[in-house]
Amino acid sequence: MIKKKKLLSGPYLVWTVAFIVIPLLLIVYYGFTNEAGSLTLENIMNMGTPENMKALWLALLLSLISTVLCLILAYPLAMILSNTKANATGLIVMIFIIPMWMNFLLRTLAWQTLLEKNGVINIALKFLGLPSLNIINTPYAIVLGMVYNFLPFMLLPIYNSLIKIDRNVINAAKDLGANEFQTFCKITFPLSLPGVISGITMVFVPSLTTFVISDLLGGSKILLIGNVIEQKFKQGSNWNTGSGLSLVLMLFILVSMAIMQKYDKDGEGAAF
Amino acid sequence: MKKACSRIYMFLIFVLLYAPILTLIVLSFNASKTRAKWGGWSVKWYISLFENSAIMDALYNTLIIAVLSATIATLLGLTAALSLNQMRKRRRTLIMGIINIPMLNAEIVTGISLMLVFIALGNFMTNFGYTIQFGFWTVLIGHITFNLPYVVLSIMPKLKQINFSTYEAALDLGASHALAFRKVILPDIMPGVLSGFLLAFTLSLDDFVITHFVKGPGFETLSTKIYTEVRKGIKPEMYALSTLLFISVLVLLLIVNVKPKEKKKQAV
Amino acid sequence: MSNKLIDLVHITKKYDDTTVLDDLNLYIRENEFLTLLGPSGCGKTTTLRIMGGFEQPDQGNVIFSGTDITSLAPNKRQLNTVFQKYALFTHMSIAENIAFGLKIKKKSRDYINDKIKYALKLVNLDGYENRTPDSLSGGQQQRIAIARAIVNEPKVLLLDEPLGALDLKLRQDMQYELIRLKNELGITFIYVTHDQEEALTMSDTIVVMNQGYIQQIGTPEDIYNEPQNAFVADFIGDSNIINALMLEDKLVEILGTCFVCVDTGFGRNKPVDVVIRPEDVELTDPASGTITGTVSHLIFKGVHYEMEVMAGGFEWLVHSTRMFPVGTEVGIRVDPFNIQIMHKPESEDEEAVMIDD
Repeated sequence: MIKKKKLLSGPYLVWTVAFIVIPLLLIVYYGFTNEAGSLTLENIMNMGTPENMKALWLALLLSLISTVLCLILAYPLAMILSNTKANATGLIVMIFIIPMWMNFLLRTLAWQTLLEKNGVINIALKFLGLPSLNIINTPYAIVLGMVYNFLPFMLLPIYNSLIKIDRNVINAAKDLGANEFQTFCKITFPLSLPGVISGITMVFVPSLTTFVISDLLGGSKILLIGNVIEQKFKQGSNWNTGSGLSLVLMLFILVSMAIMQKYDKDGEGAAF
Repeated sequence: MKKACSRIYMFLIFVLLYAPILTLIVLSFNASKTRAKWGGWSVKWYISLFENSAIMDALYNTLIIAVLSATIATLLGLTAALSLNQMRKRRRTLIMGIINIPMLNAEIVTGISLMLVFIALGNFMTNFGYTIQFGFWTVLIGHITFNLPYVVLSIMPKLKQINFSTYEAALDLGASHALAFRKVILPDIMPGVLSGFLLAFTLSLDDFVITHFVKGPGFETLSTKIYTEVRKGIKPEMYALSTLLFISVLVLLLIVNVKPKEKKKQAV
Repeated sequence: MSNKLIDLVHITKKYDDTTVLDDLNLYIRENEFLTLLGPSGCGKTTTLRIMGGFEQPDQGNVIFSGTDITSLAPNKRQLNTVFQKYALFTHMSIAENIAFGLKIKKKSRDYINDKIKYALKLVNLDGYENRTPDSLSGGQQQRIAIARAIVNEPKVLLLDEPLGALDLKLRQDMQYELIRLKNELGITFIYVTHDQEEALTMSDTIVVMNQGYIQQIGTPEDIYNEPQNAFVADFIGDSNIINALMLEDKLVEILGTCFVCVDTGFGRNKPVDVVIRPEDVELTDPASGTITGTVSHLIFKGVHYEMEVMAGGFEWLVHSTRMFPVGTEVGIRVDPFNIQIMHKPESEDEEAVMIDD
């Protein structure tokens, strides 16, 4: 039996080493060498150039704004869902899975149609007597695209941490004299913190590193750090610089993952 | 009052999530060739779709990659989950950490790293007279890799709930290991296995970034095809195809969700 | 005893189509240890939750010291609850858990610290201030849950199956602890349990419930010695419940044999149920018994022997310190005081009250 279990663990261990560990080591290798193969810090230092710093700064700014917006939008929704007596799985599937069957690129592109000068949203705004919205091809549109695409990644972990809270714990707080607001601040929110942290990472990382959303909604004028790296690989074939920049980017990812690990006691990921 | 507020809030979120989808469905019936102009209702794109061999090829590639990568990832993930469940906590945390990397890491980094490993492998193989073509196989491997953590995460919770003494009871009653696994363990974790498979299938279908880096010229999935069309203008057939895919999944899910209710009624 | 503290008036509660509580009337006096006892689903926890404010009754009122508190929010009520499975705040230390209610009430820091010390001493856990709930055993968590509730000086402490998750020995120790606590604090305890032994040990008053109805209210002695119907007799302790015919006052025909009893007022030739506790069945030699039979089973139980005696077509359960081997011919005698006569259930509603086990 034990031997069989060892045999079972063979294929996926080989797989994780071959296609997860070695590829990452290769990025490290490329990041610290030049084309001749000798050691250099040049690729890492490349992040310091004004245009790259600008792209990194903008990406950080936009992804932070998107993460905060996602948190503000998703938390109340997660609370509503966790309070529905019936099984909320159907709603979760509606929010999370079904939209994925409409291609991600097309879904994002559709915002262009909606946001256009004479698009649906502006027609509706005009009808309501509100000023028109001209955010297409601006950073605002990119933020919208990020929030739209990554909102479910914020919602799901928060929802999962909320439904794990024993109802009696909430009742106990009320029993001891806390009103709704105090119960939320002192009990519900602190207990859902692992989900919130996990949600923040799940939104922050893809927002920080995206090149597609900025490509589609930024009108190819706005470069985020993701776009810079993508161009180094797909257009310039400058793998060493691209790897160097990726390594710097991964520093940010590692920091947020480390924070997440601290809160995730089981080491299983609170996401699902 | 509170209830009404939460209803409205939920409705608004659904509008946010489904407005683009509705837009695409409407666009698929637009007689005009550009999305900027409304040319009246038409179903012509649904007809010309089936004559567009480039799109049909991309659809075929997308589906075959999704089916194969989800299947292989599920099998691999199942073995991973089973052996992880037997491990000591420390080792398990380490290996889970590695498996989770493609989920937590930036897609672009995963894509690049896979691209680099395929190039390196190609360079190594040329020494022996083999070449590695970027295309079907590299995309498949890429998709399996990023699907793996989702499958493992779907199965692990179910596996944790299992009381392994039922497995031992089956052995005690004379079942072989294989039979005991099939009859006792598998039925309990099946919901997790299935949802893992479906999630993997959906993610593979929707993926662009990883495919973008590992596909090589000449091999297109729907996502990469759409991406190259963005500058030139998306062919309306794409809207038609996406609408078809979306509607068919919606119908499928409705059927699956309606059936168990009928069964319950019969039982009563 | 003193006056009514809580008065439940005509309480009805339904979930969807099932009626959990049906026109329940009950009052609780000051300084009383009252236990709601019954099988799962009898409505005892719902009754408690209505008092705590976590459920709203569909009909009826909750009166607390003369004021109607039916729709008052839980945080405004002068009673505190000890929840099933404790419901401690896992993200806080023990001290923070206990201080929770006091901080909400904006008490001074010194006052809070004193209270924490006092409460921990009271539950025999001094020095545990900085531990986390996760690091405590079940019994210790239980004590903290009690400490957290009593520092608020409630007039009533509601306890929802607080000992259910503990093992037998600990449960017995905690029963004495709870009695001691109640006496020291001098407040009202309302206790919910399905464990009849717990109820008999601790309570001043037991309320036996089944299927949303109160079956009997009384002292532990009343409930045990004079059950009012077959359900109560069966639920509390072991008993022989036998169909019988009340021939006249003080004379009952059981299994074709006449027994002298002490009950009156049932009328003549009236079918009744008779309850005889197994320890009240005396075994004698066949000649001196009222009815004779044969021992069919024998088990040694430690304090006594448990025997089954086939007599008059009924299997009598007998507890005795004297042993009669299987097959022995014995006589059965019952002291008239130990024969408890009960009305047969009349309506179908009452029939539903019987449990089938």
